Amino acid sequence: MVAPAVKVNNLVKRYPTATAVDGISFCVASGVTAALLGGNGAGKTTTLSILLGLLLPTSGSVEVLGEDMLHHRYRVLPRMNFSSPFVDLPHRLTVRQNLLIYARLYGLSDRRERIENLARDLQISAFLERPAGKLSAGQKTRVALAKALLNDPELLLLDEPTASLDPDTGDWVRRYLEEWRARTDATILMASHNMSEVERLCSEVLMMKEGHIVDRGSPQALINRYGRTNLEEVFLHIARESRIELEPVK
Amino acid sequence: MSGQLYYSAGRVWAMLLRYLYLLRSSWPRTLELLYWPTLQMLIWGFMSQFLYSNSSYVFRAFGVLLAAVMLWDVLFRGQLGLSMSFLEEMWARNLGHLFVTPLRPYEWVLSLLSMSMIRVLLGILPAALLAIPLYHYSIFSIGLPLLAFVAVLLIMGWALGLAICGLILRQGMGAEGLAWTVVFTLSPISAVYYPVSTLPGWLQHAAWALPSTYVFEGMRAVLFTGIFRADYLVTALALDFFYIGLGTAVFFIAFHNARRRGALLQMGE
Repeated sequence: MVAPAVKVNNLVKRYPTATAVDGISFCVASGVTAALLGGNGAGKTTTLSILLGLLLPTSGSVEVLGEDMLHHRYRVLPRMNFSSPFVDLPHRLTVRQNLLIYARLYGLSDRRERIENLARDLQISAFLERPAGKLSAGQKTRVALAKALLNDPELLLLDEPTASLDPDTGDWVRRYLEEWRARTDATILMASHNMSEVERLCSEVLMMKEGHIVDRGSPQALINRYGRTNLEEVFLHIARESRIELEPVK
Repeated sequence: MSGQLYYSAGRVWAMLLRYLYLLRSSWPRTLELLYWPTLQMLIWGFMSQFLYSNSSYVFRAFGVLLAAVMLWDVLFRGQLGLSMSFLEEMWARNLGHLFVTPLRPYEWVLSLLSMSMIRVLLGILPAALLAIPLYHYSIFSIGLPLLAFVAVLLIMGWALGLAICGLILRQGMGAEGLAWTVVFTLSPISAVYYPVSTLPGWLQHAAWALPSTYVFEGMRAVLFTGIFRADYLVTALALDFFYIGLGTAVFFIAFHNARRRGALLQMGE
C-alpha cells in the first residue's frame, strides 16, 4: 500500500485568544488533488502553514511524504513547494533573478535550463527580465507557480491559487495544474474558497469550519450526501448548519 | 538535492546573491553607502586640520579624529548592513517563501553577516582612500592593529544587529526604527573621540563593558605612543564573544517564537 502524502493526526493550534485548528485528523493519498475548503477563519491557511513548517502546532503530529514534519522538516522541504498569491516574490528583483535564487536554494544544478523550460511552459519568457513588482496579477500567479515547480515537488501546497485572477487566466492556471499533476503524478493540496475550481480539480475535499473538519469526501459524494446540485450549495449548507462529528483518522 | 545537508555554502551564496542583486538594482542605495562615510570623513578631516594648529590633543596625532570617525563607521555600518538586509526580507514579506525552502535560519544569518561585511567595505574603503590625497592621512598607517580593530567592531556590530533583528521579529515592523538608532546610544560611552577618563566615574564602568571602548582607547595608544595594547584586544574579543552569543541567542529565540506565532508568513509592512 502506498503511504499517504500527508497524514495529520489530532492537530491543534491555539493562540492566546483563539483556537485556529482544533484537533483535526486527515490523510491525503499520494498522487491526488485534494482541497481544504471553508470560509474565512476556518483554519485552512493555518493548516497549510503547519504542513509547510512555517508554523508550529500546539499539539498533534504531521507526516509529509513519510517524514515527521515537526522534527525532520529539512528532509522533506526539498521535495515539496508552495504557492500563494498573497505572498509575493521580492518586487525589485527581476523574475529571472528571483527564480535563480530559489533554484540555488533548492540546490538545482541545471538552473538556467530549468528556468527556461518552466518559463516556456508557463508562458513567462517575455517578462523574465522584468522586476517582479511590475507584473500583472495573472503574470505574478504564473511566476509564483514557476517558483513552486522549480524543484519538481512531489507535494505542492497551494493557497487560493486563482484568487484575484480574471476567469480566462484562472481557467488557464487550473488547466495547467491539471496537466502538471497528471504528468508528474505529484500530490496537490490546496486551500480554496472557489467551489467550481475545487469541483474541477479535486478528487477529495475536506470541509473545514471553525478549526474542525466537518465533512469529507469527493465533490460528487458530498453533493449527493447533502442532496444539492453543486459544491457551493454544500458549502453554504455546512457554513450555516452545526457541524457533523467525524471519527479521527486511524 | 542539497536540502538534507546541515550546511550548504550554495544556499548562503544564494541569499548573498539576492542582496547583491538588490544593491545593484538601485544606484541611489549604492551611492548612499558611500555618501555618509565620505561626508563624515570630509567634515572631520577639515576639523582635524583646524584643530591641528589649535589643539594639543590633535597636534599629538593628526589622524586621531579621522581614524575614530572611520572606525566608528565600521561599527555602525556593520550593524546597519546586517539589519538592512534583514529588513529587505521584511519589507518584501519574503520569509514565507524563504523558509519553505531548505534554507536554514543560520545559513540566512551567515549571508546577512557576509552582506554586512561587503557593505562596510563599500562604504568605508572609498572614504579611507579619499582621505589620503585630501589630508595626507592614511588610516592604513596604523598597520596590522587596524585589522584587529575592524574585526572587533564588526563583530560588535553583528551582535547588536542580530539582537535588533530579533526584537523586530518579536515586536514587528513597528520596531524597525531601532536599526537606525540603538547604536548611537553607545557612541557617547564608547569614547570614540575622547579618552574614557573624560567620562564620569560611574559611566566609565559601563564604557569598559563595551568592546568598542577598548578599540578606541587602543587606537589612541597606537597613534600617540606607537604601542599596541594586546591586553585591550584580548578583553575586547572576550566581550565580543559574549555579546555575539547573546545577540545570536536573542535572534534564534525570536525566530523560533515567530514560527510559534505564525509570524513568518505575516511579517511585513
